[in-house]
Amino acid sequence: MMTSKKRKVRWGFFVFFVPVFLWLFFLIVLPQIELLRMSLVGTDYYGDSGFTLRHYGAFFSEPIYWLTFVRTAGYALLVTFVVITIALPVAFYITKVVRPRASGLLLIFILIPFWVSELVRVYGWMILLRESGVLNHFLTGVGLLDKPVEMLYNDVTMVMGLVYTTMLFMIVPIIGVMESLDDSLIEAAHDLGAGKITIWRTIIIPYCMPGIMSGSIIVFMLVLGSYLTPNLMGGKNSLWFTEQIYNQMIVYFNWNQGAAFGFLLLLLSSAIIWAALKVTGQDWKKVIT
Amino acid sequence: MQNALSVRNLTKRFGEFTAVNSVSFDVEDGKFFSILGPSGCGKTTLLRMIAGFYEPTEGMIKIRDKDMTDVPPNLRPVNLVFQHLALFPMMNVFENIAFGLRRRKEPDRVVKEKVNSILERVGLPEHGEKKINQLSGGQKQRIAIARCLVLEPSVLLLDEPLGALDAKLREHMKVELKKLQAMVGTTFVYITHDQSEAMVMSDHVAVMNSGQFEQIGTPQELYYSPASSFVAQFVGNNNKLPVLLSKGDGSAKGEGQAKGDGPAESDGEWYSAGYENGMSYRVGGTYDLAGDDVEYDMFIRPEAIVINPDDGEAELNRMECVVKAFLFDGGNSQLLMTPQGGHQELTVTLPQNRRYDHIRRGDHLTIGWHPGSAVCFPRMEVKFYDDI
Repeated sequence: MMTSKKRKVRWGFFVFFVPVFLWLFFLIVLPQIELLRMSLVGTDYYGDSGFTLRHYGAFFSEPIYWLTFVRTAGYALLVTFVVITIALPVAFYITKVVRPRASGLLLIFILIPFWVSELVRVYGWMILLRESGVLNHFLTGVGLLDKPVEMLYNDVTMVMGLVYTTMLFMIVPIIGVMESLDDSLIEAAHDLGAGKITIWRTIIIPYCMPGIMSGSIIVFMLVLGSYLTPNLMGGKNSLWFTEQIYNQMIVYFNWNQGAAFGFLLLLLSSAIIWAALKVTGQDWKKVIT
Repeated sequence: MQNALSVRNLTKRFGEFTAVNSVSFDVEDGKFFSILGPSGCGKTTLLRMIAGFYEPTEGMIKIRDKDMTDVPPNLRPVNLVFQHLALFPMMNVFENIAFGLRRRKEPDRVVKEKVNSILERVGLPEHGEKKINQLSGGQKQRIAIARCLVLEPSVLLLDEPLGALDAKLREHMKVELKKLQAMVGTTFVYITHDQSEAMVMSDHVAVMNSGQFEQIGTPQELYYSPASSFVAQFVGNNNKLPVLLSKGDGSAKGEGQAKGDGPAESDGEWYSAGYENGMSYRVGGTYDLAGDDVEYDMFIRPEAIVINPDDGEAELNRMECVVKAFLFDGGNSQLLMTPQGGHQELTVTLPQNRRYDHIRRGDHLTIGWHPGSAVCFPRMEVKFYDDI
């Protein structure tokens, strides 16, 4: 009896585990291993291929590469902070201020734009913001501007676009945590003498920290790895690290260098997240679940 | 003695609904004052107005003779212990208690001193470093109260803080709270729907029903001389018999009529209460009757009823009853019976001497009570809980 029961449980486990394992192995682990191999292999003057670290070395010796990375990571952090500062009040409004029925509706309003692909949404912004776009047309029509201004292709617009495309991934986890925040905690803090800002600083934000951190990880990784938005809205002046990888692989056909950059992106972004978790004192497991 | 809290004509309306209707009361400094009422009677609304979370529609709240009308909750000298305590889970015990002191910008040294001394006073020294989820229910309770007491409020408000605890612990915490209040001397305003909590702990109790105070008094006053039908039914256990009340001694309509002289003291007259079994019983007191046979309810406490009284005790009202059940509950054992010719149920407290252990279901008994221990009120239907 016992053994047959045990066997049954095992079968159930395999039915669910095997597809996941195959998926992870063939589509994620295997290509990564190949990329890792590629990044460590190079051909010398004589055309012989062998182990080398020079692709990784290139990242550190050529300022353009590591500066692009620093710039990308810096902007990713900036975007994450902007998203947090917008998402917190929005989540608070949805969970605590409006009536429960309205909060469901508001959440749907936030979700709807994400049914449309990122490309279409970015083009939507471009239609609004470009020199012959809707906003310029309106502003010149009203008389606020003498002649149309180019609002695209600068860092401010790019950051705005990135904030817009990643907002949802911050709001949803924060709402998840904030919903379990008992209103009486806020009232108790108020009763004990705390003003509005103090309540945010000492009660709401610390309570929502797991949600903020998991949202931040998603947003940070998405922004760091995003290609479309910085490319289309940032224009040629705003170099993004993903564009470097793209250039290496597609333009220069240097897959080995591109693979090395890809791995550096993975390692450095993981390091940044690890450091952020350490600094904020959050438990890794708590943030993930 | 100075009034710590003084409330005048306080009213709160939510749209058409009046939650609190012109309530006035004073609480003397250092007293334990309870507001007792069934759920939905407006007691939480009243408490939240005192704490400052609701703005009164009308009326005034004064704390230590200072008008509180435009003072926000964070600046009022009152603190509230929440029903579910609302301890901050992201802070340890020490930081929870220090929260209010830090908001007052007290120096670290003072904060540390005060927090440690209050932890000592609530009997939890060495617990400062613990996380909130490491505490037991009773410990959380004490920390929640300590968090407020450390601020030395003029009035401490408590919103049914024992409601979430299990029965044994609740009994224990009742006594603890009373002792704590006596020790610190802070004025407590405690709201509850549990009459035993209110009676055991309080110096004064206000009984609240649908937004109004029915009676304010000491627990003894409420128990022995209720001012309304509601109080008679809500405070303590009571037997209710619908009767038709008439003035005068009443020529004997039945044998239940107690014999004897008129009221010994000058504090009332005799009335006769006719019950559906055809008997009428003597009631002492003063009632304002429009005529004869006015619909009233007669209340007799279970412990005021004597089983099989001696024939010698002529002044007692007597009633024949049939035993329906023997409800054994140790010291609170009761008999459940029905009067012969009536369909109400009566409960009678059994004495502790096991004299009546022989009583079985279906036995016929005579019960008796003193005319002065019964009290009548105009008939009124009150719902204390929702029927399932």
